[in-house]
Order: sequence, then C-alpha cells, then structure tokens
Amino acid sequence: MLRRATRGLPLVPSVGLLLVFLAGPILYCFYAAFTDMALTGSGATGNEFVGFDNFAKAFSEPAFANAVFLTLLFTLFSAVLGQNILGMIIAFSMRRTNKIVRAVVGSIVIGAWVLPEIVAAYMWTAVLGDEGTLNRVLEFLRIPGQDWLYSNPILAVSIANVWRGTAFSMLVYSAALSEIPSEIEEAAEVDGATGWWRVWHVTLPMIRRSIMTNLMLITLQTLAVFGLIYAMVGEGGASGKAQTLPIYMYEQAFKFSQIGYGTAVALILLLVGAIFSLIYMRLLNPGKEAT
Amino acid sequence: MTATVGGRVRSTARPGVVTSRIVANLLLVLIGVAFIVPMLWVLYASIEEGPGLAVSIPTSASFENFRSVLNTDTTYRPILNGIYLSGGATLITVVCAVLAAYPLSRHKMRFNRPFLMTILFSTGLPITAVMVPVYGLFVQLDLIDSVAGTTLFMATTGLPFAIWLMKNFMDGVPIDLEEAAWVDGASGMKALWHIVLPLMWPGVAVVAIFTFIRLWGEFFIPFMLLLSPDLQPASVTIFTFFGQYGGVNYGRLAAFSVMYSLPVVALYILLSRKLGGAFAFGGALKG
Repeated sequence: MLRRATRGLPLVPSVGLLLVFLAGPILYCFYAAFTDMALTGSGATGNEFVGFDNFAKAFSEPAFANAVFLTLLFTLFSAVLGQNILGMIIAFSMRRTNKIVRAVVGSIVIGAWVLPEIVAAYMWTAVLGDEGTLNRVLEFLRIPGQDWLYSNPILAVSIANVWRGTAFSMLVYSAALSEIPSEIEEAAEVDGATGWWRVWHVTLPMIRRSIMTNLMLITLQTLAVFGLIYAMVGEGGASGKAQTLPIYMYEQAFKFSQIGYGTAVALILLLVGAIFSLIYMRLLNPGKEAT
Repeated sequence: MTATVGGRVRSTARPGVVTSRIVANLLLVLIGVAFIVPMLWVLYASIEEGPGLAVSIPTSASFENFRSVLNTDTTYRPILNGIYLSGGATLITVVCAVLAAYPLSRHKMRFNRPFLMTILFSTGLPITAVMVPVYGLFVQLDLIDSVAGTTLFMATTGLPFAIWLMKNFMDGVPIDLEEAAWVDGASGMKALWHIVLPLMWPGVAVVAIFTFIRLWGEFFIPFMLLLSPDLQPASVTIFTFFGQYGGVNYGRLAAFSVMYSLPVVALYILLSRKLGGAFAFGGALKG
C-alpha cells in the first residue's frame, strides 16, 4: 500500500516545475487579459477589470487582423508547405541516393537546424539583403534584384524558417520510411504499381500517422517563432509586413507597455495553439498503442 | 545521353530505377548546396577583412575578426553565461524527465494517460505566448535578472518534450530484469539507477543533447528575463552586436557567430558519431 502511494513520487519535481512555470503563467494570462494592466499611463497604478474590452479592441484593430493574416501565411508557407514537403522530398530521395551524398546532405540539413536561431537570422539577412548573395546571383543572370527584407519580408523570413526547420520533417519522415517493410513496396511494384502511383497509394497512406504528427509539431513550432523574425526584420520600417502574432504581442506589451492588451493577444495565440494541439492529438491518438 | 540512359532503363527488369536514382542524387546535391550557402558565408566573412554581404572567396584570410571579438566582455562571458543557463537548465530537465518517465513507463497508474495527454498537449503550446505573463510573474516575484529563475523557467520549457522522449526510450528497455530486482526487494529508484539507466544511456544522451541545443539557441526567454548585459548569454548579446561598433561589422559578427555556434556543432558531431546520429532521435518522435 505504501509502495503504491510512493510510486508517483518521482513525478513531483516535474509536476512542480510545470505547475509553477507553465500552468501558473497560463492562469495569470487568463487574469491579466481581462484587465487594463499597463507599465505606464492610467493602468499602471491599479489594474481594473475591463471585461472583454481587450478582445474587442483586438478584433477591431486592423494591425491585429494583419498579424493574424501574416501568421497564417508564414505557417502555411514555411511549415505546412516548405518544411513538410521539402523534408518529405529529402527523405524519399535519400532512399535512392548513394551513401556519401546521403550522409553529407543529411549533415548539412541537420546542421542548419542545430545552429542558433539568431545566427540563422543573420545568415539569411546576409543572403537576402540588398548586397546579398541572392542579388549577386540574380545580377549575374541579368535579373534585377531587390532588397528582399524590405520588399517581401514575410517571404524572406519564411525561407529562413524553411531552412532552419526542414531537418525536423526530414528526420521524422526518414524514420517513418525506414519502418515500412520492403516486401510491401516490392509487392506493389510486382503488381505493376510504379513511381508516383505507388508513392501516393501505398507509401503515403502507410506513413499517415507520421505526417500528422509532423504537421502538428512543425505548425506549433512555427506559430511560436519569434527570434528569427525579430532579428531579421526587427521593429524597422518593414516590420508591419512581417509582423506575425508573436511580434505584434511583444510590441503591444513591451514597446507600448499595454500588458493587459498584450496578454489578450498572447491568450488568443495560446488558444490557437491549443486548438491545433488538440486536433492533432486526436489524429495521433497515442493512448491506443502506448501502455 | 538521355536516349542511352532511356534505352538502358528499358532493358532492365525494374524500369525507371536508374533515372530515379540520378534524379534523386541530383535533387539532394542541389538541396545540399542551397542549404550550405548561408553557412559558408559566415565562415568566409569571419576570416575576411572587411567583407561585404555576398559569398565570395576571401581575398586575404586573417584572424583579425576573431582577435577583436575574443575578449571577456564580447565573447567569453556571454558564452560562459550561456553554458550556465542552458547547461543548468538541461541538467534540471534531464533529471526531472528521467524521474518522471520511470513511473509513467513502468507502473500502470490511473493518472498515466491523462498525465501523458497533458504532457503531449503542452509540448504544443507556443512558449512565446507565455512570455508576456511570465514577464509579469517574474516582476511580481522579483525574479527579473535572476539567473536561477531564468534557468528554472528554461528547464520547464524543455520538460514536456523531454518527458515524452524519455518515456519512449524507457519503454524500449525490457521490464523483465527489473521485475527480478523487485522480487529481490529492490526499490523502484534502485532499479531505475542500477538497471534501467545503464541500458538507456544513449537515449538519455540524445534527450540531453537535444535539450541543450534547443536552449542554447533560445533567444526570447533570456532576452526578456535577463536585463543586465553581464548576465546575458551569447544568444542575446549577439543581437546587441549591431549598435556596439557603430555600423554593422559583419566580419566581427560572423566571427562571433562562429564562436557561438561551436559548442552545439561539436555536440551534434558527438551525437552523430557516438549515438548513431540524430536519426535515433527521429525514431523516438513517432509517438
């Protein structure tokens, strides 16, 4: 009986940390989002409850709508399309390439993932900037270049995020593909199924679960990207064109000192993340296989 | 050329294989080149004197850039701060995750499933969104500029995923050996320490290295919670690089980037040499 009771003890440190530093701030979020808390101005002295005012403000603010739109664009381009498809292409290609190419390219792609976020941001500033490598290449090809960070910052940060995040999808898909018994694909081949048809009707359905897991994780990672965008575009003139929700939240809370409003935006971001997390959890359904 | 390849293909038993091999190899090489260009820029820029932004062969290699950033204020202290923060947080995360994974993996308890679902759910929560309330919390608890507080928070952000990975690795260790130990009267903690951990140290190492790499690159958390330049890790001081010398000195920035990236690159090489690569980690992600 005592043994049963002490079984859960090893969970205590983790549960303690998660309650204080994760559940605590989330609950605090639910409180602060309904106040006019601010670092300066009228809200600085006392925090008054303002009901849903912060949310009403958010949904009537064009800058907020802009941030939502850019977040969707960023997530779609860099995660769902970019990282996911590129990672899958690499994983599929790796099954047909020679060992050395596979090892070298694999290391490079994972290297991009291992490097710190801000280093990645500066690398892509250097490539996509006004005098950057891309423009030199375009110049060589006699195509007029442009400062991509100003003309199309959301595309620039999406490219950087694809570069940084593709390794994750590649690893997930390589692991998934390596588990498909080769007999199944060979059988399909003997039956006359070739190339794309086989990939679409045999291979992809078999790794369906991995696709869902991967989409969940990369979408959620991409929703939270802050440092990469902040370092590449910052708060300068182009910031409005790459102001995703985390950047908007940061600006409102700390630059304009509107903690209450910033928290409301944070809460919306959390809820969006929570919805995604729940949808994909259902798709993943880990309880069935685990334990 | 294409015709001969085509002819050869038709004559083999498995049509299309040769072509698809060539296409796959070309594709991968192309992707590899696209991925390595930005990295090469940093290496080139770090050893070139007064580089522009474009990738070019250095006209004169020198270590001038390294010489000017390799001092206590610019490089050594931020890197040391980063090691305290990320290393400390990684240690806490791994110890907590090992402890938590044991009952989750070994005992059938009523709250296992809800707990695991909560853990899985919180791996998905955007930590970025929590930063505003965390800042508020830290102000109220007077923890701003506290290295201990920041380390604990960083450890917590890595914890859900670490528990999830660790439990998957632990599930891979057969339970038979431990059951024998339990019969002999060994406690759960003894069994964990003497039987389970020795069998799963590669898994523990993967979780530790992965956690460290993630925290080493973490910018937003220390950027918000540590205000004194003396306490900030390299991930934050690299950002303040811009103002320090007037205009942006890309050479020094590049040299600093190389220094800052070295620890994680070294860990990654260790991971792939000793532990069968990050592909082992990929296997643990299946869920």
